[in-house]
Amino acid sequence: MTTTRTVPVAVSDLVARVTGDEKHDPSAHSTLDVVWVLYDQVLRVFPDDPEHPERDRFLLSKGHGPASTYAVLAAKGFFPAAWLDDVASWYSPLGHHPDRTLVPGIEIGSGSLGHGLPIAVGMALGLRDRSRARVVVLVGDAELDEGSNAEAIAVAGRFGLDNLTCVVVDNHSDNLGWPGGIAARFALEGWQASDVGTHDHAALAAALRGTAPDRPTAVVVDVPGTDPEEGR
Amino acid sequence: MSAADLRARFYAELDPALAAHPDAVLVLAVIGAGYVSETITRRPDQVVDVGIREQAMVGVAGGLALAGRRPIVHTFAPFLVERAYEQVKLDLGHQDVGALLVSAGASYDMSSAGRTHQAPADVALMAALPGWTVHVPGHGDEVAELLHREAGGAGRVYVRLSGQRNARPQPVDGRVHLVREGAASAPLVLAVGPMLDVVLAATGDLPVRVAHTGTPHPLDAAGLRELVGPTPRLAVVEPYLAGTSAAAVAAALADRPSRVRHVGVPRDAELRRYGTPRDHAAAHGLDAAGVRQQVTELLERPT
Repeated sequence: MTTTRTVPVAVSDLVARVTGDEKHDPSAHSTLDVVWVLYDQVLRVFPDDPEHPERDRFLLSKGHGPASTYAVLAAKGFFPAAWLDDVASWYSPLGHHPDRTLVPGIEIGSGSLGHGLPIAVGMALGLRDRSRARVVVLVGDAELDEGSNAEAIAVAGRFGLDNLTCVVVDNHSDNLGWPGGIAARFALEGWQASDVGTHDHAALAAALRGTAPDRPTAVVVDVPGTDPEEGR
Repeated sequence: MSAADLRARFYAELDPALAAHPDAVLVLAVIGAGYVSETITRRPDQVVDVGIREQAMVGVAGGLALAGRRPIVHTFAPFLVERAYEQVKLDLGHQDVGALLVSAGASYDMSSAGRTHQAPADVALMAALPGWTVHVPGHGDEVAELLHREAGGAGRVYVRLSGQRNARPQPVDGRVHLVREGAASAPLVLAVGPMLDVVLAATGDLPVRVAHTGTPHPLDAAGLRELVGPTPRLAVVEPYLAGTSAAAVAAALADRPSRVRHVGVPRDAELRRYGTPRDHAAAHGLDAAGVRQQVTELLERPT
């Protein structure tokens, strides 16, 4: 396994096949760095056996931006890259919001915001005494507006779910802002929380690997600039 | 709560159900926790109480199911079905996982608590989502059988526990059963769940037959068709929103000239009164006198 500091061009090309973008600009996709680093360096997954019981679970809660995740799953061999060429067509299993029943490697159907984190809490509860698998859920900073996340952050903190990691991709798209910062809100609820930039893949990998023995982990990934994937 | 109460029986059967099914996990949002404190102490790994957080309650249930566990989710009907309806739709149905949802506080059981604690639309809402089975037990023995069966199941199942109950248990096989026989041409009154004893009392001297089902969704269409015959006159008496089963009944009888009366909680106005469940049943026409009047109207109109 090699550590790269940028997303390989081949993976960016796969993203472009989904989005139809001419220019290969990874920063145009707020989740690409973190999803690539997760699948390339952090998660224990089995592309040839996507439902392996010991796999780590990655839940894309921010389901309205699945291009990066589709591209990374294709790059890792979960399904043929040809699937990326007709996303959201009648015959494609890939839609603008992913459906877990249609796509190998997609752990939850998502799209409506605020569902992934509560599901991840239940998944972590269900696995924690039976498996070494981790549950990693990706949410957006604007998605945190949904009150269901506040419920889940409190529950996970109180239950000390050490097999749960919440990655908050902060592309500063939240309308009303989070005074005091996003990480502080997790920390107050008993999570191990850290901030990291999206472009330093070594630091990103280290943050995503880091867990605490008695509490869940939150990694707030700062993504500068605007993101055409945003919006509902 | 007396021991014969459906909700009390549910709590009493939970501990043996969890013992028999190690994958089962009870998911609570405070409501009910006080009644199962011994179980919580005995089986901490099989009970999750998320506090007063119904979205998290159903979301957590979805995650548990995705992890291979069997969630049993319980709280009052308005908070289980209505408050977390999108979670029921997406975190269970859309993920294509199962759960056993058990509500307490049916329709106007909590008459003195007011509208905030009443959800007569619960069965209609659950039946609007794909893949759910809805059981409306009318006796504690039915609750026990359903719980022990479904705690080890995999499907999406909603069980509505009510304060109202029948004197005797009925089958929980999902079928329509004839309870009081009569001339084959006599109109049929289909009592759903705990309405059976009320219907029997209401129609004792009327020329009708009485049938029962504890499973309004999916409705046993074949069983109903067999009982009503080629020119049905039918009254469906449900203890929740009137007409909840109308679409299923209409579909079952689409090939024959039918006259059907749907009796239930009226859907056109909110009853802004407190009082007892008995008061509310009378106001809604769901006591014996009200049911009798509505069945009589069905009989009096020319066929």
